[in-house]
Amino acid sequence: MENLAALTEEALKLVADAQDLAALDHVRVEYLGKKGQITALLKSLGKLSAEERPAAGAKINEAKQAVQEKLVERKQAMEQAAIDAKLAEETIDVTLPGRGQTNGGLHPVTRTLQRIQDIFAAVGYAVEVGPEIEDDYHNFEALNIPGHHPARAMHDTFYVKSEQVKSDGPAATDAKYVLRTHTSPVQVRTMENQEPPIRIICPGRVYRCDSDLTHTPMFHQVEGLVVDKGISFADLKGTVDQFLKAFFEADVPVRFRPSYFPFTEPSAEVDIQCTNCGGKGCRVCSHTGWLEIMGCGMVHPNVFKASGVDTETYTGFAFGMGVERLAMLRYGVNDLRMFFENDLKFLGQF
Amino acid sequence: MKLSENWLREWVNPNLTTADLVEQITMAGLEVDAVEPVAGEFSGVVVGEILEAEQHPDADKLRVCKVAGNGDEICQVVCGAPNARPGIKIPFATVGAVLPPGEDGKPFKIKKAKLRGVESFGMLCAQVELQLGEDSDGIWELAEDAPVGADLREYLNLNDQCIEVDLTPNRSDCLSVKGIARDVAVLNRLELKEPKIAPVAPTIDDVLKVTLNAGEACSRYVGRVIRGVDVSQGSPLWMQEKLRRAGVRSIDAVVDVTNYVLLELGQPMHAFDLNTLQGGVQARMADDGEKLTLLDGQEVELKSDTLVIADDEKAVAMAGIMGGEATSVTSATQDIFLESAFFFPVAIAGRARNYGLHTDSSHRFERGVDYKLQAVAIERATQLLLDIVGGQAGPVIEVENEHAPKDREVSLRRSRILSGLGFSMDDEEVVDILTRLGLEMSVKADSGWRFKVPSYRFDIAIEEDLLEELARIYGYNRLPTTSLNADLSIPMQYEARIGLSAVRSQLVARGYQEAITYSFVEPKLLKHFDPDAEPVELQNPISADMAVMRTTLWPGLVSSLQHNLNRQQDRVRLFEAGQRFIAEGKGIENLKQEPMLAGLIYGPRLEESWTGKSDNVDFYDIKGDLESVLSLLADDASFSFEPAKHPALHPGQSAAVMRNGEQVGLLGAMHPQLQKTLGLTHSVYLFEITQASIAEAKLPSFEPLSKFPEVRRDIAVIVDQTTAVSDLQKVIEKGAGDCLTELKVFDVYVGKGIDPHRKSVALGLTFQHPSRTLTEDEINASMDVVIRSLEESYNASLR
Repeated sequence: MENLAALTEEALKLVADAQDLAALDHVRVEYLGKKGQITALLKSLGKLSAEERPAAGAKINEAKQAVQEKLVERKQAMEQAAIDAKLAEETIDVTLPGRGQTNGGLHPVTRTLQRIQDIFAAVGYAVEVGPEIEDDYHNFEALNIPGHHPARAMHDTFYVKSEQVKSDGPAATDAKYVLRTHTSPVQVRTMENQEPPIRIICPGRVYRCDSDLTHTPMFHQVEGLVVDKGISFADLKGTVDQFLKAFFEADVPVRFRPSYFPFTEPSAEVDIQCTNCGGKGCRVCSHTGWLEIMGCGMVHPNVFKASGVDTETYTGFAFGMGVERLAMLRYGVNDLRMFFENDLKFLGQF
Repeated sequence: MKLSENWLREWVNPNLTTADLVEQITMAGLEVDAVEPVAGEFSGVVVGEILEAEQHPDADKLRVCKVAGNGDEICQVVCGAPNARPGIKIPFATVGAVLPPGEDGKPFKIKKAKLRGVESFGMLCAQVELQLGEDSDGIWELAEDAPVGADLREYLNLNDQCIEVDLTPNRSDCLSVKGIARDVAVLNRLELKEPKIAPVAPTIDDVLKVTLNAGEACSRYVGRVIRGVDVSQGSPLWMQEKLRRAGVRSIDAVVDVTNYVLLELGQPMHAFDLNTLQGGVQARMADDGEKLTLLDGQEVELKSDTLVIADDEKAVAMAGIMGGEATSVTSATQDIFLESAFFFPVAIAGRARNYGLHTDSSHRFERGVDYKLQAVAIERATQLLLDIVGGQAGPVIEVENEHAPKDREVSLRRSRILSGLGFSMDDEEVVDILTRLGLEMSVKADSGWRFKVPSYRFDIAIEEDLLEELARIYGYNRLPTTSLNADLSIPMQYEARIGLSAVRSQLVARGYQEAITYSFVEPKLLKHFDPDAEPVELQNPISADMAVMRTTLWPGLVSSLQHNLNRQQDRVRLFEAGQRFIAEGKGIENLKQEPMLAGLIYGPRLEESWTGKSDNVDFYDIKGDLESVLSLLADDASFSFEPAKHPALHPGQSAAVMRNGEQVGLLGAMHPQLQKTLGLTHSVYLFEITQASIAEAKLPSFEPLSKFPEVRRDIAVIVDQTTAVSDLQKVIEKGAGDCLTELKVFDVYVGKGIDPHRKSVALGLTFQHPSRTLTEDEINASMDVVIRSLEESYNASLR
């Protein structure tokens, strides 16, 4: 018993000095284990009198507990240090970029087309598509543009060498095939095959024999067609106005100017206030404050007649817009030709 | 149509600024493209008169002039123009004058100067220096009666604008000052101030026999002989200026007058040298192959669909398009025959274009000229000619046949105004607008009206045209605007239809950029990818490298690859969705216009990164990408890949994509030979598949989950290198029985320790029974069958 204090002190010093878990465990075994030195003192209690025993026992247990506590404390500290060391060692530079395939992207024309489709699909327009090599009838005749109509000069048409697509049948011998100059033939085909009410948009590639700073021989259009009972010019104005506001996500002023398309009557050209200068006049709008954005009108009765729609029962409107032009305005692209160069530095921006 | 604002205001002068006037007509459908001042900005320039002109003492080319015009002062001006001589009136820029900016963009100020030692107070100007014309040959000689000292801008009426109106083809009635003035008058409720056109009484009896032999094509022909004209002098300055401001060059007095009437009234006219005509004139269709040398010197071979004016011997003019050279007015002409005819639009339309011509006359005739204008126009022209070139006019010759256009009437139902425009317009307003436009109400009934259409409005033929006129004059932007109403019926929603947008997203997620390339390609490039194709050719391609329609999307993608490689990109992943055009035989019905999806990859598998250099892509990269698209359909079993041969692809690294046994696409490495031809450093991998084959997916169909453990067995077999792993898989699937739930290839090894003609394929088979635990024996039995059949079918040996 006399050496309890010395033993305790010795054990505590060893705990404090222990450098690793093994050394610590060694201390535990040496002093508190079954054969440990402090444990041995407990066994020697039997030599004391019954009166002395409780007090001595309590003292030994106290010492044992003190050592035990220090042991645990020290062990936890060591474990924590080990974890900390490991974490410190595992620390990485989280600012480095992640691993794996990087995303590509959609073409800005597709992105714009998709946006236009989403706007119209949300209110129930269906999407219709059609052939890009069209017959003269669907591209022109059925749209009230007969052979020598001056409006044909408005469409610089690509003609397809006819021996390749000429039918052997007598009826079609003189038929001419063209690369469609607009997506309007899809409207005709839809009216031929479908009873009103019709609410469609026709997106797609169109072709005009024209190539300069502001024209590419291929571009994209979206046309829309609504045929139903009681469709008026006011409905057309509302639809176009709402579409443009939705597309540009702004309460952009829209104006309608009388114009001429063979397939609509009345016809209108639609301008929006310049998105670049807000109407003050700038380079983008040629200092007029307005940008020509689309054409539209009430479907011409001759078009209805050609497609078999009863002009006394139904009226309708149609509109059409150039997708590249909308994309240029929306994203600030300043050169039309870039759309078809497919430069990754350009495509990557969308 | 280009015209001067002042000329327009002579006809109708609304109280509007230029900007407001331009806005007003634009909003009425006569779109103004440009407004430009008729002369450059300058000030301080007066009409001067050279009083004296003496040789400069020290410079051969300079003259020292004494010039009047700057107040009462006589100024000394040194001038280099060869035509500087006493007595002429010239534009005189006095000291302090500011001339239009030159190429440096800065206004040019006139200061006192010394030229070779002689003082000069001002400058005598050429047309170009004032931006008043093209003439730079010496100083501009003004009319003899020009008032000395007058401000040049005022004298020449230069505070004026050229207004350029981009007319739509239906508004031929506005191809004249009168026509535009008519619309301006309507819009502003003003009267037209027409010049007085009184018939010119004939002073001689000369006539020419005129015959109409072309039916509807020429139904009215008005002519007149004028004898004794003097065309040695040009037309007066005021006329030249009006023409110039309308974009028409002054030629000679007679041509200027016909052009003037064309611009003023809209009637194209022609003047023949009377003495070159043999006999009378007639309108007839040309004989096939008949020759005519036109005014521009070009000889054309006429076709029988072309209307001509002929004398008794030959064609002398392409009617309504251009006159002939032999019968044209020259400086020696003394007697003329004036023509003012009505040619039917359809007879002229397209003809000029067929001969590569486009003239002010053909432009108007093919759109429609007022069929009642001919006699008025010839009176106007006669009046002007007599004033300018003198001479004696014969009586007006007017010939007409039964095809002359009749007045049209168009009905308008009141109810159509409401249903068409979306609001009901007051009756008074309807009649008011249409009457102001020159229509005459012929019938008024409870349901609506009938109107007679004026002869100049070729575009008004049906009820809708009247609606448009009402809307146009009332104002498109004042018309109501409504939301479209429709039934909210719910359409069928097809879950299994995979939209192209899902496919696009998938490829985008795999690092592809979408490209859009032209549908027409270079024939030679296409040949590389499709040597046997007979592509659809364009009759009028924009250039030789865009001459045929693509039969595959690959040439476009490869061109885009090259474009990017030329711009220092080394890693390219592109896809495109679009049609290909395959003529499978004659006839449009055999032309297949097929929507395709194609992709291309090139260069490193991953972007350059700190994580390490990645290898270049190989076949399995593009196959993986394509498989990821196919997996959208959740119908893997319907797809398979078979070795394939394609001229553009590496024979050992190309596969046909099959769906339900039918080929729907191709993928592979570009043939090394082609790669070399195209100058590409690394291998290119391509795929192309029909959009139709990736449109229909399989709907999910639940299968119960097994609660019993699954067991996996791995085997490695050695087979010939030529054996396709997919064939091994088929044999395994057949032999292993229904309890095989998964079969994976986890290693393919060629090399050390294996016969060089053989390869080791390691496969993992997973077995599971839906309703009980499989026994060791059952699995062993299945494995035995698998191994035996691999041995039998593919000479496989266990490794």
